[in-house]
Amino acid sequence: MINFATVYNVFIRDFHKQKKRITLTLLALGWGTISIMLLLGFGEGLHTQLSINQKGMGDEISILWGGQTTIPFKGLGKGRHIHLFKEDPAYLKKRIPELRYIAGEYHRWGAAVKYGDKILSEHINGIAPEFEMMRAHIPMMGGRMINELDMQLKRRVAFLGDGFKERLFGDEDPIGKQIFINGMPFMVIGVMQEKMQMSSYSGSDEDKVSIPATTFQTVFGDRYLDNIVYQPWDVDNMKSVERQVYEAMGVRYKFDPNDERALQIWDTAEGAREFNNMLTGINIFLGFIGSLTLLIAGVGVANIMYVSIKERTREIGIKMAVGARRSYILFQFLIEALLITFFGGLGGMSISYILTEAFKRIPIESEVLDFMGRPTISLEIGLIVVSILGIMGIISGLFPAMKAASVNPVESLRHE
Amino acid sequence: MIDLCKVTKTYITGTVEFKALKDIDLQIDRGEFVAIVGPSGSGKSTLMNLLGCLDVPTSGEYRLEGHSVNKLTSNQLADIRNTKIGFVFQAFNLLPYATSYENIEVPLLFAKVSAKKRRDRILELLALVGLADKLNNKPTELSGGEMQRVAIARALANDPDIILADEPTGNLDSKSGTAIIEMFHQMWKSGKTIILITHDMKLADQTQRIIRLKDGAIDGNGNLA
Ligand SMILES: Nc1ncnc2c1ncn2[C@@H]1O[C@H](COP(=O)(O)OP(=O)(O)OP(=O)(O)O)[C@@H](O)[C@H]1O
Ligand SMILES: [Mg+2]
Repeated sequence: MINFATVYNVFIRDFHKQKKRITLTLLALGWGTISIMLLLGFGEGLHTQLSINQKGMGDEISILWGGQTTIPFKGLGKGRHIHLFKEDPAYLKKRIPELRYIAGEYHRWGAAVKYGDKILSEHINGIAPEFEMMRAHIPMMGGRMINELDMQLKRRVAFLGDGFKERLFGDEDPIGKQIFINGMPFMVIGVMQEKMQMSSYSGSDEDKVSIPATTFQTVFGDRYLDNIVYQPWDVDNMKSVERQVYEAMGVRYKFDPNDERALQIWDTAEGAREFNNMLTGINIFLGFIGSLTLLIAGVGVANIMYVSIKERTREIGIKMAVGARRSYILFQFLIEALLITFFGGLGGMSISYILTEAFKRIPIESEVLDFMGRPTISLEIGLIVVSILGIMGIISGLFPAMKAASVNPVESLRHE
Repeated sequence: MIDLCKVTKTYITGTVEFKALKDIDLQIDRGEFVAIVGPSGSGKSTLMNLLGCLDVPTSGEYRLEGHSVNKLTSNQLADIRNTKIGFVFQAFNLLPYATSYENIEVPLLFAKVSAKKRRDRILELLALVGLADKLNNKPTELSGGEMQRVAIARALANDPDIILADEPTGNLDSKSGTAIIEMFHQMWKSGKTIILITHDMKLADQTQRIIRLKDGAIDGNGNLA
């Protein structure tokens, strides 16, 4: 009964008759679609980029420092300093099966690092092989990270941050070269892959020189660990692991496990979780703004349909006189509205796609892009926009179409 | 076939009621050729809209082929207009953007006639009204007489029993008017029931029966030719 070719022909005829109005409506629709797609795509890019940046320091890890007691415990006064010792990570790992990785860390700022004639004052970091997984210390091709054997044998090997390598070696390949740290010779075994790190607790990893924690302890003679880094198997257990750390350490160093200040723990995943919520908020906000733009376009579609129906009441009357059911008239106008929405939406989506692809190909490296990311259009965004457009097309077409279907044929045919 | 019993039609404009038809009793048999005449505003078009199921009576009963039209749904009325009734208007009422061919196709589309049958039927009708060479012309590219012939072809598309014509020659010169009236006579001879509204008594005199309307009521009813 509904002949799509006829409806399409009528649409084309209408297009010629009201070129200007339809073109404007198509533009509004296209613009609405572009803005919602780019806003959502921008949100998506931001999300991706921030997760990358977040992973720079490490994903789903907690950092543990010593502290000072504030509650008297078993006859011991308050104000005692709690220090971390190199045996603590193994102790905690044994007690808390939920822990996937745990390792201690030393820091020394301002050590002299020398290669050839060049001397730089640097941050020396005593770390463990677990840092490759926990803290994204990924070696570049041709080199390696500190391993278990380096730890056992307390080897004098060094893993360089990529930024530091650049400053000390320039373009030279550092692997296998000898450097001197406070006069002691170390062999360079690897350079860290470049990464984006937005948060830190001890400076940027790219500027550090890392050596095995065991070597660090022998060479510098530190009594205490500066901090411990750990990661649970399941990030959802972060809080319960934290509890268990307080309890186990409380037993070991005799403090009240409820004494929050006895240890300091930074749950980085908590930040990430909050961050994700914030990002979702931003995305909803951006989507909302985009939808508003699209809504205005929808009003435009409804308006053009109303005008078109007013001009075509006679046509509607004629069709009814020769046997059109009201449902046919309804569908005819609904389909016309959907066709306009379809073409406008399709145009807008294509342009958005081209724009984001172009954006991806912009070769410039900029801090803004590093922070914001580049807008990306995912299948998800496409589906969201298509459904919004579909719903909008139906709504903005339905009311005018209902009006069209309620035209009184006698009235519409009576006047010349 | 057509049976009106005490039919009235009241238009309400704002708070003003206007009785356009008053207690009309009228029977028209199958195959009759009837003229409806009367002064302007006497209710001729109103009556035709009722007969053509474009409108329903305010009161009284309209029986078409024994079925009461009052009780039909809007879809059923649409189907009756599509297959049982053909309209011819003074103002032609063709779709302005469509060709002769497409205009004649519209009722066939609503009747769900297959593409092949539609084509055959349209070409047959165009030949019948003598416009085989004008199938791709739009209304603006046709003369008044030609437009009315397309309208007649459209009215005949689904081979209806009844043809309702509201002053079909009102916008035509006498020569094309005569040709159109000739067509109505042919349709009548082929068995259709024809109801012709006209001002022109010469045309009315050529029919079997003249129904006179005055102020919404039937004035005289008779003179079988
Ligand atoms: N929709 C309407 N609302 C109010 N009044 C109407 C309506 N349609 C028709 N009328 C009135 O009903 C009366 C009959 O109208 P109708 O069109 O049937 O007359 P007519 O006999 O066909 O006249 P004409 O010869 O001029 O075509 C007129 O007075 C007209 O003003
Ligand atoms: Mg009239």
